Formats: sequence, structure tokens, C-alpha cells
Amino acid sequence: MVPTNYYLILSAVIFGLGVVAFIFKRNVITIFMSIELMLNAVNLAFVAFSQARHQSDGQVFVLFVIVVAAAEAAVGLGIIILTARNRQSLNVERVDLLKL
Amino acid sequence: MTPQLAIFFVLAALAVLGALSLIMQRHPIHSALSLIVVMISLAGLYLLMGAEFVAAVQIIVYGGAIMVLFVFVIMLLNAGVEERTNVSKLAGIAGIPLAVALLGFLAVVIARSNAGADAGWQSGALANTKEISMMLFREFVYPFELTSFLILVAILGAIVLAQREKN
Repeated sequence: MVPTNYYLILSAVIFGLGVVAFIFKRNVITIFMSIELMLNAVNLAFVAFSQARHQSDGQVFVLFVIVVAAAEAAVGLGIIILTARNRQSLNVERVDLLKL
Repeated sequence: MTPQLAIFFVLAALAVLGALSLIMQRHPIHSALSLIVVMISLAGLYLLMGAEFVAAVQIIVYGGAIMVLFVFVIMLLNAGVEERTNVSKLAGIAGIPLAVALLGFLAVVIARSNAGADAGWQSGALANTKEISMMLFREFVYPFELTSFLILVAILGAIVLAQREKN
């Protein structure tokens, strides 16, 4: 069997890549996708711990995370459509109404 | 090397490459396809751990529903290649070292914790789908009902946000 540590390290690597994508990307849709990537990394850690502890709590939590991610995707993409319609751009640097 | 370990490394490499590709690609639709690769390989890892139900949900909800929503929005907004803008000086200097530091910190903490060495932490067969459903509909029944309310609110929010204003 694969040691639990391997799954946790993979989860950390994917989470780190998600953070990097979140910071470096300029397209608001891609930034949103990197949030999904980070949620996926967390799910992997949840399932790994669930497997290590022989308890199914972790998998139930993964279900809740997926539900929240789906709700977040629906609302977030609605906001993205609204912003794109108002600013005529998907670049986050163009969305600067709150900037001093 | 056991077959499980070999499969793990193949799927892990696929997931990391997909995540890297998400960062490297300049067109959002290519990033979305890379993200689908990551999600499918994570579903494979869940199968490897014996979590069939989570693997199926991962493919259906993430790989199916959420990513279709993303691709649909990308096509609806006719998103083109990402424009290159000059990043702030601080981000250019400190960004990559800080990201590497975060990654290294997480890896060191996990590698040092002997999560696999504890006697109660032996990996093995996982709870089956029946056990998950028992837990979901007994201990977690109120959160479960709340999620349905959350989804209802999300649907309403999405409709209100995305509809055109009538003049």
C-alpha cells in the first residue's frame, strides 16, 4: 500500500501550485480554476486521512467540500459574467473600481 | 516497487503535470482542460485508496458539472489569450521564493510528522459506500439538509447575478 505521507505531500504540492496559479494568473476565470485546484488538493488530504484512520468522516467531508465548490462555482461564474459585461475585459487588473 | 506504488507515482505525476500546465497555458480553455486532467487523475488516486464513491462523485460533479460550467462560461464570454501585464515589482521579486518557501514548509512538516508510523495509521481497506451513507444520513443529516439550502441559495444568486437588467 502507498504510505499516507505520499498522499499528503502530493496534496501539499498541488495546493502550492494552486496558490502559485492564483497569484500569477491574470485571467479571472483561470484564477477561479486555481481555487478549484486548491479545493481538490484539500479533498485529497481528507481522503488520505480517512483511509489512514479507517473512518469515513473524511469522505463525508469531501462530499460537503464538493457541494460548496459547486455552489461557489455557480455564484462565482455569475459574478464573472457580470464583471465581464460591465468592464468588457476578463483581466483582473482592469477591475479596479475599489482601488484608491 | 509494488504495483500500487507504481500506479500512485504515475497518477501523481499526471496530476502535478496537469497543475503545472494550468499555470503555463495562456489560453483559459487550455487551462480548463489541464484542470480536467488533474481531476481525473485525482479520481484515480481515490480509487487507489479504495474510496469508490468519492472517485465517482469527483468525476461526475467536478469533471462533469463544474468543468462544463467553466468551459461554457469561457466560450460564452469569448475569452481570448491572457494579456501580459507588468506585475508589481514586489510580486516579481518575492513571488516565486515565497511560493517555494510555502511548498517546502508544507513538505517538511508532512515528511517530519510520522503519520504513517503510528500503529493505528496503517493504510488498508476503506469504509465502503454503505458506511458513508449511514454516516451522511445519521450523524451529518443536518449539515446535509443545510447543503441543499445552500445550493438553492446559490442557484437563486446565480440567476439574479447573471440575468440582464430590463430597461
